Amino acid sequence: MLELDRVTRRYPDANGGTRAVLDAVDLTVAAGEFVAITGESGVGKSTLLNLMAGLDRPDGGAVRLDGTDLATLGDDALTRLRRTHLGFVFQAFHVLPYLSVARNVALPLALQGVDTRETSDRVAAMLAAVGLHARAGSLPRELSGGELQRVAIARALVHRPRLVLADEPTGNLDPENAATVLDLLRTTLAASGAACVLVTHSRLAAATAARHLHLTAAGFGAPPA
Amino acid sequence: MSRTAPALRVGTPWPALVAAPFVAHPLRYAVAVLAIAIGVALGLAVQLVNGAAVGEFAAAARQVAGDADLVVRGARAGFDESLYTAVARHPDVIVASPGVEIDAKLAGRDAVLALAGVDLFRASQLQPGWLADDADPLDLLRDDTVFLSATALTQLGVQVGDTIALQAGLGTVRLRVAGTLATGSGARGVLDIAAAQTHFGRLGRLTRIDVRLRDGVRPAAFAAALALPPGVVAERPEADGDTTARMTRAYRVNLNVLALVALFTGALLVFSTQALAVARRRAQLALLRVLGCTRGQVVALLLAEGAVVGASGALLGVAAGIGLAALALRFVGADLGAGVFRGIAPTLQIDPIATAVFGVCGFAAAVAGSVAPALEAARARPAAALKAGDDARAFDALRAPWPGVALLAAGAVAVLLPPVDGLPLFGYGAIAALLLGTILLLPRATRALLGLLPTLPGVPATLASARLRAFPAQAAVSLAAIVAAVSLMTAMAIMVASLRTSLVDWLDGILPADLYLRAGGVGDSAFLSPDDQARLRAIDGVGRIEFLRWVSLRLAAAQPPVVVLARDHVDADAEARLPLVSAIAPARDATPRAWISEPMAALHRLGPGDTLALPLGDGTTRFVVGGIWRDYARPAGAVLIDRARYIAATGDRTANDAGLWLAPGAAPGAVRAAVTALAPDGIERMTPADIRALSLQVFDRTFFVTYALEAVAVAIGLLGLSSAVGAEVLARRREFGMLRHIGVTRGEIARVLAFEGAAVGGVGLAVGGALGFAMSLILIHVVNRQSFHWGMTVDVPWGALATFAAALLGLATLTALASGRQALGADVVRAVKEDW
Repeated sequence: MLELDRVTRRYPDANGGTRAVLDAVDLTVAAGEFVAITGESGVGKSTLLNLMAGLDRPDGGAVRLDGTDLATLGDDALTRLRRTHLGFVFQAFHVLPYLSVARNVALPLALQGVDTRETSDRVAAMLAAVGLHARAGSLPRELSGGELQRVAIARALVHRPRLVLADEPTGNLDPENAATVLDLLRTTLAASGAACVLVTHSRLAAATAARHLHLTAAGFGAPPA
Repeated sequence: MSRTAPALRVGTPWPALVAAPFVAHPLRYAVAVLAIAIGVALGLAVQLVNGAAVGEFAAAARQVAGDADLVVRGARAGFDESLYTAVARHPDVIVASPGVEIDAKLAGRDAVLALAGVDLFRASQLQPGWLADDADPLDLLRDDTVFLSATALTQLGVQVGDTIALQAGLGTVRLRVAGTLATGSGARGVLDIAAAQTHFGRLGRLTRIDVRLRDGVRPAAFAAALALPPGVVAERPEADGDTTARMTRAYRVNLNVLALVALFTGALLVFSTQALAVARRRAQLALLRVLGCTRGQVVALLLAEGAVVGASGALLGVAAGIGLAALALRFVGADLGAGVFRGIAPTLQIDPIATAVFGVCGFAAAVAGSVAPALEAARARPAAALKAGDDARAFDALRAPWPGVALLAAGAVAVLLPPVDGLPLFGYGAIAALLLGTILLLPRATRALLGLLPTLPGVPATLASARLRAFPAQAAVSLAAIVAAVSLMTAMAIMVASLRTSLVDWLDGILPADLYLRAGGVGDSAFLSPDDQARLRAIDGVGRIEFLRWVSLRLAAAQPPVVVLARDHVDADAEARLPLVSAIAPARDATPRAWISEPMAALHRLGPGDTLALPLGDGTTRFVVGGIWRDYARPAGAVLIDRARYIAATGDRTANDAGLWLAPGAAPGAVRAAVTALAPDGIERMTPADIRALSLQVFDRTFFVTYALEAVAVAIGLLGLSSAVGAEVLARRREFGMLRHIGVTRGEIARVLAFEGAAVGGVGLAVGGALGFAMSLILIHVVNRQSFHWGMTVDVPWGALATFAAALLGLATLTALASGRQALGADVVRAVKEDW
């Protein structure tokens, strides 16, 4: 479903040259697979996510989603691909403060032009799945951090994406809330059939996934014991 | 000995903290500095230009009077010279110097030379050394010589020894330039008093007597004890300059107030810049509090930022203001286009007090704009403010409605209060209160108006309207400067359109004749003698002709002279022909009626039925005020009487103007040609259409500076919107980053910004338009009435306002789009990782 084929990404360094953050990295994620990626800070985890999302372009190699090389798509086409095929969960939640919980969750459906009745049904089902059905009309400022991340998970899955990219989704949560959110992410992913790439520093979070990879300057490897 | 690395040499952090926002966002703060600088520059320039003109008048008044303690002054038509003998013989008088003043028209030119006829020996006692050293004083005893100031020589393009031609009646007087005046500003000339009286038809008349008193005699007591005839006053020598300054003061104050509105708009821009910056830096400021900064230190830090903006803006503004004033004096004139300071060419004098006052005003405006955001930042609870998403709380303080309501109520009361020393200070206060009150209520007004927005399809419209409805206070901060600018523009547009329409109606009503003639056109040396009048009457094709004599009269020492208009047939046709704005009072017994203008009614507190005593000739003639008429031509007031009564009281049969009706079938061209033949250069000939066009040309020139000041205020308002949108976009980078992640295209984000810009611009137009309409009513019914004593009919220029609204809405949308281009860049994608 997602394939990274010898992907390289370089950034300018202080001496006027370039420095490879990712160097010929390979990765394949199957449909419905839940993959966790750990690694030290600065090793390129977020860069990897941006490349998978088509938000950044590799200097070498190819990123393919369902067989489509993302490099062949323009900005608008990539945006529409993200709109339909991808879901995102961020460390800082990024829930729009001026929309209610339900309208935040409905946003991806609105972008796809889904009709009002179907949107209502799917938002209700999604909120029920993340345990926030009673908070549908609340504004984000009335919610706790754990609840905000559950809103973000609902928003990431409501449009039934093929792939969810989660960047440190438990980074801003206490251990109890983190465990709840991870459990919720795993069950909702399983229910939706979406694949997921989870980037995290947390071994506990990584342990939730079916496959755990460790990213180093040399590429992917087994996680340290 | 070890040396500390540069990076480790850290002193006090405050300079770096104050400088940080300027380094991070130089353009945004440059806009704020520019806005303050523009306000300071305009205010200072207007003040310096007006100050130069008024100073010139005062200097001229002092130079003419020399060392006199007192000036006995009459109307321009003068008083009987027998008064001179009575004053000169008074035991308390050391020197009395008689004078005749004439604004002499240059023959064949549309220009005036201010002439003074003096007695050489008396005048030299009061003002020794007033002739240049190389001049022969005996030339001043000849009847064909004149001494000119250096300015007059330059303006007339003549040298000593040349001859100048001046119009007297419909004839020409030629005078040889015998020398120059050692002192004197402006274009002035001095000649022998007897020559002046003879040449210009002033035999037996004086217009002034300059008096020096014995030591120990108090001028005021002496003046009070003098038995002066009606219409003659004794006053300080400077009073003439004061009177001129007073007559033009309302106009000057109006321009100053307009310039201050530009400064006020600049202060609002600083406020919105600081408020949005503080909201964006809320977590950073909270961190300072957590690290141990006191509330006072946070306030001081933010006020210091305002002070940097203020000091920079003030310095830049002062420099620009001085340059602008010099340019205005050179290219526009001392009256800034209004035509109120004719005949002077002052040079720029930098007034240190005015410069300091406007500099301090600019500094204070910027600091004042920073006070509310600084206090809010200091009040915030650090624990809450450290969390992302707390930005919107920065505007909570704006939600309380009572300060705005209190200001609106104060404004409503202020419009009912009378002028202060002839100035509509409470009227201006009412406008300021209305403006501030509305701005304070903007969050509520914004919420209410945005609530009226229809639900538009599409994600961009949904996102934009949801955000605007959720955070009306933030939108209100962006709106403050634009509302101020729009309201000013609307108010001035309605006021100017109303005045222009009323002026056109007035001109149409008061110009019934086919052709109007004026002896000379300018100055008071030309006139139509009885013989000239007879010749005009006899021209073939003239069906009817009526003559008008106008003279200025002093009715009270504290008031400027009023103009007495003596026209044929007034007793018979005044009610039918005058643009009356009052009830009509009938004639009482044998007392004739006089018809007074609106300014005269206001300045002299007269109304229909009141008795008016006019010092005509050497006596006083009593009239009943028959009614009040609208007059836009004579700001110090005018009174219209029947010419036959004027002649009976004064014996003066001359006239200045004539209104001429063509006989049926007469050829206008032939009649004009016959008038021209009578005095080729001596009579100005104009049709009502000519007068209308000229009047409107003068009107539009007068309001040119007003339009320019308004345009500047609107430009500052748009800069404010641009700055505010730019700041908001920066604060919303994470939001746009998230939207780009989940599939919102750049085009859709652009549409979000465009929609927000249009909606905010629309609210600004709606609130600013409504506020502007209310302000226009105050301008028309309070400020103009109390300043100029004019009445006018309200006329809303819908077409111009609609064009302005459409243009502003388009500009607001484009401004939002241009300022928001950062939201369309690639780096917003990375912003989702930012903590602040």
